[in-house]
Amino acid sequence: MFNIFLDDAAALVVVLPLLISAIIAFIPSKIWPWIISLVTLVLHLVLSLHLLKEISISGLIIYEFGNWEPPWGISFKIDGVNIGLQLLFSIFVLISTFYSRKIFLSEIDSRDSGKAYSLWLLAIGSLNGIILTNDIFNLFVFLEISALASISLIALGAGQNRKALLAAFNYLIIGAIGATFYVIGVGFAYAMTGTLNMNDLVIQLAQYSDGQLAIFAGMSFMLVGLMVKAAIFPVHIWLPPAYSYAPSAVSTLLAALATKTILYFFVRLLYEVFIIYPSYLSLFLDFVLYPLSLLAIFIGTLIAIYQDDIKKLLAFSSIAQIGYITLAFSLKDHSGITSGFIHIFNHAFIKGGLFMAVGYFAILLKDRVTLASLKGFGYKYPITSFALLICGLSLIGLPLTNGFISKLYLFQALYTNQMYFSIALVAVSSALAVAYFWKIVEQMWFSEIKFKSEKEDAYIYLPIWIITVSIIVFGIYSSPIIEFSNLSADYLISGYQN
Amino acid sequence: MVGGLFIIITSQNYLKKVVGLAIFQTAVFVFFVSLAKVLDGTAPILTKMENAYSNPLPHVLILTAIVVGVATSALGLALVLQIYRNYETIEEKEIQSLELKSDK
Repeated sequence: MFNIFLDDAAALVVVLPLLISAIIAFIPSKIWPWIISLVTLVLHLVLSLHLLKEISISGLIIYEFGNWEPPWGISFKIDGVNIGLQLLFSIFVLISTFYSRKIFLSEIDSRDSGKAYSLWLLAIGSLNGIILTNDIFNLFVFLEISALASISLIALGAGQNRKALLAAFNYLIIGAIGATFYVIGVGFAYAMTGTLNMNDLVIQLAQYSDGQLAIFAGMSFMLVGLMVKAAIFPVHIWLPPAYSYAPSAVSTLLAALATKTILYFFVRLLYEVFIIYPSYLSLFLDFVLYPLSLLAIFIGTLIAIYQDDIKKLLAFSSIAQIGYITLAFSLKDHSGITSGFIHIFNHAFIKGGLFMAVGYFAILLKDRVTLASLKGFGYKYPITSFALLICGLSLIGLPLTNGFISKLYLFQALYTNQMYFSIALVAVSSALAVAYFWKIVEQMWFSEIKFKSEKEDAYIYLPIWIITVSIIVFGIYSSPIIEFSNLSADYLISGYQN
Repeated sequence: MVGGLFIIITSQNYLKKVVGLAIFQTAVFVFFVSLAKVLDGTAPILTKMENAYSNPLPHVLILTAIVVGVATSALGLALVLQIYRNYETIEEKEIQSLELKSDK
């Protein structure tokens, strides 16, 4: 009987969270929504592992909804590019859901627990849809579901600080403009080719070999729309307030996964579809994405140094980290794409761990976490603080942590492309990252006041330490992440050569 | 399209921004539907006569997009309501000055 489920695993990883989300909204209990979500996500992980097994045998799964053949029906595609991301996604949502319970209990009204987990699963299901979908219009629908669910989750932070409402509203307006731009692009593409399926789109676009203005306009609209959603530098303004005023569990989920899934799709669109116009692609990468990434890295890091509020600091550092990822993707070769994917994986762990630790401090303080309020925390809450330290060192890129692997591969990729200026800039901004992280360490361990250690909640520090240990493990034994990233790059580049 | 975008950018009132967004989205929907028109086309219904018919797919897509648009507007309006309950104003400038005061 279980086999019936496994046959439809590709659809179920998306459909299951969405279905359960509709049910648990009506459960008034405080604890059951959490338990049901956990069980759902364990099943989700099982399905993802099953997909991994299938992929290792066949290399490609195309799931057709309602058995409509691809150019007409909606299809999901799973191949080497997204299987690694799917697995990371499954593991990470399970950990963060485990972590979220105590945080939600203290940050939102416990009667709303069912509704909060309903939105939580809605966001998870739709973000997973972005990873798997092979249809450009279907992507828009998933983008909007995930945006609306995360906006509502962010607005739940209003119980703590009413600025959360403004953050959510700004995200709504800017996000909706981005999504609408994307739809305009889809409209142009559809008008020229009559197809929405990504594989078919490549074939149909090939007939306009020298390109047409309408197609370029459509492509530009789509890319700009996705850039807004992925918070690539000049259009990132919605991100810092949204991440910093959301309930801590929500910031963890969003910072680790939401922008990553959209970045993944962005890259896939670039290297799978738009690659048939090499001149347009290199124009976009060299003159738009590359300089913007450098600006993002530099300015994001600089602003982060001057932040007093720790969650805001982390949010601005996210802007810089997204810059590292897009810088790697703008390199147009195998090493660049590989290092971009490596950083997607590693940064999900690092930022997830950091937001989790800071979120725990926030509920301990019952206030916003500022630099001054962290005085002596290294002694007061040693277990969580030590995890924060390791995640932070990894963010800077110290050896033995996975952040080092990211930086190493990024430097290699830049070196093979002879981009010495960006090497220097990346090195400088890594050094600047030490500056903002050192401020935190200084407050936590080197202030005058000494505290006795207090008891910490195992439900919260357990998931934080799972993340922290995996940061160290992947820093030393990094081959799984590198292999998955290599696989992704292989698949994207092989499409490039066809 | 541009009118809606203009309203979103220039207006100081949050309610007007939501309305601007709705206008912007509706304009895009109309653009989609206009793509579908085939000259002398009729409704895509199977009849004995062979007629040219308009492409039904964009209409279907827009049906989905309208639902998304409604959800966006509804959430936006709900947020505006909550902002009003918390700040007792929905003018951007007044809220900013309120926030500046509370930060000090």
